[in-house]
Parts: sequence; structure tokens; C-alpha cells
Amino acid sequence: MFDSLSTRLQAVFDRLGSRGRLTEDNIQEALREVRLALLEADVNFKVVRGFVERVKARAVGQDVLGSLTPAQQVVKVVHDELVELLGGSGHRLSPAQHPPTILMLIGLQGSGKTTTSAKLARLYAKQGQHPVLAAADIYRPAAMDQLRTLGAQLGVPVVGAPGQRPLEICRAAREEAAARGLTPLILDTAGRLHIDEAMLDELRTIRSEIRPHHVLLVVDAMTGQDAVNVADRFNQAVGIDAVILTKMDGDSRGGAALSVRQVTGRPIAFVGMGEKTEALEPFHPDRVASRILGMGDVLSLVEKAQEAVDQKTAEELVRKLREDAFTLEDFRDQLKQVRQMGPLDQVLGMLPFGKLLKGAPRELSAEQADLARFDAIIGSMTPQERRHPEIINGSRRQRIARGSGTSVQDVNRLLKQYAQLRKMMKQFKGLEGKLPRAGLPGFPTLRG
Amino acid sequence: MKFLAALGEQLSTGLRRSREYLAAELAAVLRPERPIDESLYTELEEILVAADLGAPLAADFTNRAREEVMFGTVTRADQLRPLFRRFLGDILVPAAQPLDLDHRPAVVLMLGVNGSGKTTTCAKLAAALTRSEKQVLLAAADTFRAAAIEQLEAWGDRIGVEVVRQEPGSDPAAVVFDAVKAATARNLDALIIDTAGRLHTKSNLMMELAKLKRVIERQLPGAPHESLMVLDAPTGQNGFAQARMFNEAIGLSGVVLTKLDGTAKGGIVVRIARELRLPIKLVGVGEKVEDLGPFDPQRFIDALVPAA
Repeated sequence: MFDSLSTRLQAVFDRLGSRGRLTEDNIQEALREVRLALLEADVNFKVVRGFVERVKARAVGQDVLGSLTPAQQVVKVVHDELVELLGGSGHRLSPAQHPPTILMLIGLQGSGKTTTSAKLARLYAKQGQHPVLAAADIYRPAAMDQLRTLGAQLGVPVVGAPGQRPLEICRAAREEAAARGLTPLILDTAGRLHIDEAMLDELRTIRSEIRPHHVLLVVDAMTGQDAVNVADRFNQAVGIDAVILTKMDGDSRGGAALSVRQVTGRPIAFVGMGEKTEALEPFHPDRVASRILGMGDVLSLVEKAQEAVDQKTAEELVRKLREDAFTLEDFRDQLKQVRQMGPLDQVLGMLPFGKLLKGAPRELSAEQADLARFDAIIGSMTPQERRHPEIINGSRRQRIARGSGTSVQDVNRLLKQYAQLRKMMKQFKGLEGKLPRAGLPGFPTLRG
Repeated sequence: MKFLAALGEQLSTGLRRSREYLAAELAAVLRPERPIDESLYTELEEILVAADLGAPLAADFTNRAREEVMFGTVTRADQLRPLFRRFLGDILVPAAQPLDLDHRPAVVLMLGVNGSGKTTTCAKLAAALTRSEKQVLLAAADTFRAAAIEQLEAWGDRIGVEVVRQEPGSDPAAVVFDAVKAATARNLDALIIDTAGRLHTKSNLMMELAKLKRVIERQLPGAPHESLMVLDAPTGQNGFAQARMFNEAIGLSGVVLTKLDGTAKGGIVVRIARELRLPIKLVGVGEKVEDLGPFDPQRFIDALVPAA
């Protein structure tokens, strides 16, 4: 998420940081590069203009230039402005006083409404609620089938039958939700090209008849400069309360995220991070700003870890890392837990030094199939081999490969990755002592 | 590509919105009496960025404009308009290329990120070919997304084209294998393969695509004759990364630009054509099945930068 924007901004600030003293010219030059980086990230050009002006106004003042660490002060100003741009402290969808809480999803074709509807249903079901889905997209061939299939996978009821009108379906769903005590009700509406007045009319009718508590605009994070027009039109025509960004797991630079909030004044509630139904996360502007500036998002990482790892195992692991006693058995446990947390590259992206470890994450972002293979390979080792991998010689490798149904190359690859991980952990340990931004006054502490 | 009806009015209406939007902004900057100074360059650059052309291209053009002004070949702001149209023409005219369907069967592999419009484009292309009396087969190789197969089948019923399919979750390579076999055995004109949407950053999914292509190649040497990446017009600079990585992973023969009927300008294809030298083969401008046609660079430029 935001990878390339992040890389470019960090390069700018690194150059700035390498100077002892800063002149106004230095800052002007850095800001020109910030502007380019934001434009390249598809941030709307009007938003970029305002952003750069605000940063400039704050960054060229005496406070910054006179301070002992001017470059860090500039980073802080950019961080603050990014948080502001992204929507302050984040947004929660409040439940309705009288259930069901009704969420209505709208958006362009292909933005991911149906998938997101299912993801939302899963999120609420996981919190112990009983959601219900309404398949109100009667136009796209098989859209209803798609939602039904997803609903069946999640065990969430789906209302809507072929031949019904969208409003009918939404009404029936509301009645069913009320009768069976289901909440929230999630309305998946038809995608549209927003120039289509007839379709917008339909959305307006559903909105005024069904009275959803939250109208959520689904936006593809890969959208370019047009994102703000889309959001603005939907906001004018139907009215939106919050935004969900999808496909944030690609290398999308997320400019849409930075623009939509500014233009519509509506917060971002969630981001979609993958094709699986569990890949939906609440959006934390402060954490995302930190992530963009390469300061990591340890809070989100900790939350993910808490979901997947029990406290004791984690403490044990930390001890082992300290003592450099990390064995292949631990590696296997790690792989399992990490698999539960989500794709490795996403997880590593949240570390403050994720960028420094670059290269390794790519190797490590081993596919799910690889992880299963690794599991088999480690399973075919003797306990002694797992604890002392250095004894694994050529003939042992052949035996392990035969035993696990893999090849010697696979075994080699596993051992190489294990060695890499150990090396990374050593690096990480070394860095821990000299966190450059740790002592910055007034700066959010990011070390968890 | 005579079997595809010329787009005519449809493209014009589809593009009208973007024209109105950009035209007004451009007209304000390129007034004849406006002095050519730094503020003009900055505004011009912003307009080009707003059209999703990308910051590098915008900077290159404004630099070119600066040179022309320096040499005295451009003295008034409105002269920058034809200059920019030529600049775009140099990039886009060579990029407009017809589909290569001179094979029996001609195999078309449709790929792209999620939600770009692959399934709809497959159906539209199949319909266009059927209208010109070609015998076509569709293959539902998106076995991953829920109900993707049903979506293609619904299209198949509507346009009267048979769809090769298997169960959801089955190996897409097996579907493709069957489809190529059927198309060859029946001596059909064309086979159009719909694949699962995938983000270009997912290396395992890109490898799966490369495998699909290998399966086709092995069965029918020379095929697929077209490997088209479907890109929707609102896509921003990320579209460039998509094209680059799909091209690296499996080798593209061209790009299809869809959803040009919104307010989006599709400016990203200019960057794709310029930096990757990929042809733009088809344009989709609406939701109706007839709304697919060849890429017409002149019309595209007219929409982006009206002659006056």
C-alpha cells in the first residue's frame, strides 16, 4: 500500500536529511519533488497544489530552519499534513438506534462493490453480529449469483431473486432483517458510469425509500485524476457518508485516497487489501501517514499479530531472537502464524524498517503453495536437523527432498530463506538501538 | 478491421464529457493574447496531469514548448494547441493497430486487473465477430471469481455464442486446453479466452497466466495471436505499471481501453504507447454490446485537445 509514493518521498527526505543546515532553497527544491511524487501517485493536482502550499507555509518558518534537526521538522510537517489530508483520527460506522443498521454501497462498475459487500458482511459476522445482504444489482449478468456464492461461503443470508426490481429487493431485505433480527443490512447496488441519470435516479430512490444509515462510496484505488470527479458526482447526486477504497493491495499509489477525502469532505472508512473475503481493514489516517513516510505502522501490525499469535508464543519468539536461537522449528511456527496474518509483503510493509529490508520481502513473499511445501520439508527433517540446520549436508538434503515429495532445490531454497530471515532479524536488532526519529519532540511514537 | 462497425457517434458522445471538461481549462490557458510565461507552463502542466497523461509526459511537453518559444517558432499561446496535437499524434498514430485475426482459429487471450471489464469485452468482441458471420467460441477461464462463469454464460446466451466451461475452482489451464482443442477440431474462426482478473503485483498469479499462454502455444503453435490487456479509462498512473508488468510476465500484443463513456479521459494510454510502445487495439465506449471498436487516434486527440 502506497509503496512507490512512500519510496519517492523517503528519497526526498533522505537527501534533505543529509544536509546539516537547510536554506529556504533546499526546502523549495524538496517540495518540488514532493509535488512530483504526489502527482505521479495520482493525487489530484488541485489537492497537490493546496498541500504543497500548506507545507511550505509551515516549513519555511523560523521554527523549522532554526531548529537543530530541520529535516526531521520538515518530515513532521509533512506527516501532520498527510494525517490531516487523510481525515484526522479515522472513522467508525456508528450502529443505528433501531436495528437493522443499513449500509448502502454505491460506486462505478468494476470498483468492487459486490466483493466489498461480502467482506463487510464477514467483518460484522466476525464481531458477533448477524448481517444480511441484499443483491440489488439486477443489471450486470450474474452479479446476483456472485453475491449468493459469497454469501453461501460466509453463511450470510442473501435477499433478492431474478425478476425483482432493485427497490423491491431492498424493501424485502429490510423486512427480512427486521423480522429475523439481523443487522447490519448491506445493500449491494448496481455499478454505473456516473453519467447515467436513470441509474442515479434509482440510487436516489433507494436512498430516500430505504433510508440507509451509511451510504458508502466504493472507489478503486487505482483510479487516476478522475477519482475526485467520480466522488464529487456521487456525493452531489446521491450523497455519501464515507468511502471504501478497494484494491489497495496492488502497487497503487493511493492518490485517490489522498484526494477523495479532501474533495468530498467524507472520511475513508475501510480499505480492501485483496481478493479474499477477510481482506478488509479499517482505515487509520495517522497510521497510513506513518506508513507512507516509512515510519512503519506498528500499531496495525500488533493488532494483526494479536489476532494470529498468542502472547506467550510471541514472548518466546522475542527471547529467541535476542539470543539468536531461532531454529527451523520456530521458522515453521512463524510461517504458520504469518499465514494467518495475511500476505508477508503486507506484513513487512508495516515494519518501520520494511523499506530497509527491501529485496528480502520479495523473496519472502513466498506464495501460499510455497509455505505448504516448506511445512512439508521441515516436517521431513529430524528434530536435530531442525535445531541445527547447519548439519544438513548433501545426502541429508536428498533424503529430506524425497521424504517431503519436493526437490533438493526446494530444500535449498527453504534453507536460504531461513538464513535470510535470520540475517534480517540480526539487522533489525542492530537498528533497534539507533532509531533515528525516536527522540523527536512532539512526534508520534511509533515503536509500539 | 472492417467487421467492427465504425464507432461514429457513440465515441463522440462517450468522449464529449471529457472534451467539455478539458476544453474549457485548455481554452483558458491557451488564449491567443495570454503572455507565455512560467505561470502558463505551470497551468498547462497541471491540465496535462489532470488528463492522466502523467507528470513526465507533461514536463516533456512543456519543455518542448519552451524550446519552440525560444526558437521563435511559437509566439502566441494558442499556437501551443496544434503543437500539442502533433505531439500526441506522433505517439498515438503508430499505436493504432488492428487486431490480428488472420488465423484459424485466431486465439485471443483477454487479461487485466480486477474489474477492468475483461468479461464484458470478451462478449462484445465475440458479438462483433458473430455479426460479421464468423464462428466464435468463448472460454470461461476465470474459474476463481464467484459467478464469473455464469456472467460469461449469460453473455453467451444473449449473443448466441457457445461458452467452454468447467466447474468453479477448476484449473484454468484445463479449460483453455479444452477450448483450444474444440476450436481447432471444429475449424472455428476465433476463440476468445476470458481470464481471472489479477493485480499485476501478484507474482504467483502472473506465473499462472504465463502457464496459460504456454498451454495455448504448445497446442497451437503461433497462438495466442492476441494477448490483450484490458484497462479501464479512469485508471491513473498505476495503469502504466499494470501494462509494464503484464507485458514483462507474458508479452502483450496490445491494450484495450474500456469505459471511455465516463468522465475519464483515458490519458494513461498515451504514456503506455509512448514508453512501452504497445499498440492500442480496441476501445469500449458503453454498456451495450455494440459499443466496441477500433482505436481512432484522431478522435481520441480531438476529445483530449479539440482543434480550437
